[in-house]
Amino acid sequence: MKRFLAGMIAAAAIAVAGAAPSAAQQTRIIVVSHGQAADPFWSVVKNGVAKAAADLKVAVDYRAPETFDMVAMSQLIDAAVNQKPAGLVVSIPDASALGPSIQKAVAAGIPVISMNSGSDVSKKLGALLHVGQDEFDAGKAAGEKLASMGGKVGVCVNHEVGNVALDLRCKGFAEGFKGKVTTLPVSNDPSEIRSKVKAALSDASVDTVMALSASLGGEPTLAGVKEAGKIATVRVATFDLSANFLKAIAAGEAAFGIDQQQFLQGYLPVAFLALNAEYGLVPGGNVPSGPNLVTKEKAAQVVDLSAKGIR
Amino acid sequence: MTTSTADLAAGASRPIDPAAEARDERLRRVSLIARLMRRPELGAVAGLVLVTVFFGLTANPAMFTLAGVMTVLSPAAQLGILAIAAALLMIGGEFDLSIGSMIAFAGLVFGALIVVGDLPLLAAIVATFVFAGLMGAVNGQIVIRTRLPSFIVTLAFLFILRGLSLVGLKWATGGSTQLRGIGDKAGAGVVRELFSGQALEGLFAWLAQANLIAKFPNGTPTVTGVPVGVLWFLAIAALATYVLLRTRFGNWIFAAGGDPNAARNSGVPVNMVKTTLFVLTACAATLVAILTVLDAGSTDARRGFQKEFEAIIAAVIGGCLLTGGYGSAIGAFFGAIIFGMVSIGLTYTSFDSDWFQVFLGGMLLLAVLFNNFIRRKATGER
Repeated sequence: MKRFLAGMIAAAAIAVAGAAPSAAQQTRIIVVSHGQAADPFWSVVKNGVAKAAADLKVAVDYRAPETFDMVAMSQLIDAAVNQKPAGLVVSIPDASALGPSIQKAVAAGIPVISMNSGSDVSKKLGALLHVGQDEFDAGKAAGEKLASMGGKVGVCVNHEVGNVALDLRCKGFAEGFKGKVTTLPVSNDPSEIRSKVKAALSDASVDTVMALSASLGGEPTLAGVKEAGKIATVRVATFDLSANFLKAIAAGEAAFGIDQQQFLQGYLPVAFLALNAEYGLVPGGNVPSGPNLVTKEKAAQVVDLSAKGIR
Repeated sequence: MTTSTADLAAGASRPIDPAAEARDERLRRVSLIARLMRRPELGAVAGLVLVTVFFGLTANPAMFTLAGVMTVLSPAAQLGILAIAAALLMIGGEFDLSIGSMIAFAGLVFGALIVVGDLPLLAAIVATFVFAGLMGAVNGQIVIRTRLPSFIVTLAFLFILRGLSLVGLKWATGGSTQLRGIGDKAGAGVVRELFSGQALEGLFAWLAQANLIAKFPNGTPTVTGVPVGVLWFLAIAALATYVLLRTRFGNWIFAAGGDPNAARNSGVPVNMVKTTLFVLTACAATLVAILTVLDAGSTDARRGFQKEFEAIIAAVIGGCLLTGGYGSAIGAFFGAIIFGMVSIGLTYTSFDSDWFQVFLGGMLLLAVLFNNFIRRKATGER
């Protein structure tokens, strides 16, 4: 016991030494997002953040709560503000919960750029601009495309229940699709999604399935459709991209993926804030990072980059 | 059944027959230091010191400013309110895994009463607490009547309440999973002040004017007050510690958790005690729900996710045994502060956030091991 304890303390001491403060004088930017580090979508955003940090030679810290927890996220923003960074990047999935913390950052004189979700409230909360994709419009575009491919009855698979942006995607999809659309709430556990999708397909009239994230929702959804033996008749589309889903698009199994090009959502805000800190530059308006519908023709070219965590 | 203050002061947690107690050779006189060392919360205090030293060496010094301490205390307070109730229940020999889901569900009930039901704030708060109390009583009664482990019964409610929150939210909002506008509709007033925002704002404004605390460039103080949640946390910790150590009900809790049969035989109303404790955990979850919903102005289906585990971890760091009959409320208080420090403190360091959970788990393990080690040394336990 004693030895073990001594070992643990030694390990902690090594960790302490390893974390010695690095380059304190460097411009420091903090990114607080709601995306868990293990989510493949957000790891692309994080790659964008890291690339911008390397390109512009600034120090960037990326923070996110361990679960989709708005209260914890507002606390992370408060903690970031308290460190007085040269710039703050936030995603805003729930404006009422995060608003006060963001306004506090603005009051503290920290330039804030919002990204990914929150385009509707970004200006009001005092952010300089928003980098992201309008969820409703992207859903609508996807719905229209799927309707033009002959879809009549659709299912929208929501894997992050509680996130307004995902609610909007389903709503936009229903609007553009015009046919009958039901929402299927699931957790982000792949096997659960697979079986729930299979169960939903027991309704024979369903001919279209919309997933809201390629790797978390789209791939298991596609697997569920395959297991139900309906891959030839049911059209599957998804928000966002992943290497496997792209392969399915290239093989003609899936209809398309909506690329919101989230690498840009990580890269651009950090780059803007770094330039802002150095030269006081700031773009004059919101930057739409997507949508970009990736169909069979474009798929092959994107596969490579998706595997590298860039698309 | 009565208890005397003498056994309580000696830290004896089980009731002793008062007649046999005077000048009993089995009661050894123990020094004050030894008695302090034997408190269950000692390990948690030591763990807190360890964690503070760790962050003192690695974190941005901003963490230890007044504003930094507040950023650590607000998550600690929310978790702590839950952890103290969970600790009492664990000492009473049961678990409640439904508290995290209860936060989401109570938040929904509270939000729906205000937004859909148009109830005034006070009425909505009272109604939500009554409702939560009933849910707690149902939990307790099922556990007692079926004699199933509370672990299983409340695990079922973890899923049931989480699912009902989703169903209810969609019903209340017409399809969305997030209910907004609660904060605006709740209005202002004394009741609102009690459950949201910050307290002691006058004091902090004065301190800032006197240049005693830090200010933002625009002149407002970096800390405008103490979040009310923190005050609730302190009050509940004090009350729970008093009840546990200085009242008959406190002794009943230890007795019910230590050996329910022996307790029953000596006249402790074990079922009543356990049901009360389940009501208490449900009400603690509801208090956290109301505090966070009023502060955030909204509620969603994911509120309180995994908080049941965090609360139990905080209680265990604070010296509660998983088997019941041993533990302390003030220990859970320190446990929650350790948890808050680790979870927020890491954002003040330059560690890559991918390592976050590894650190969180590692530091918690270290805190518990350290806690255990100190307790063994102190009590001479083998």
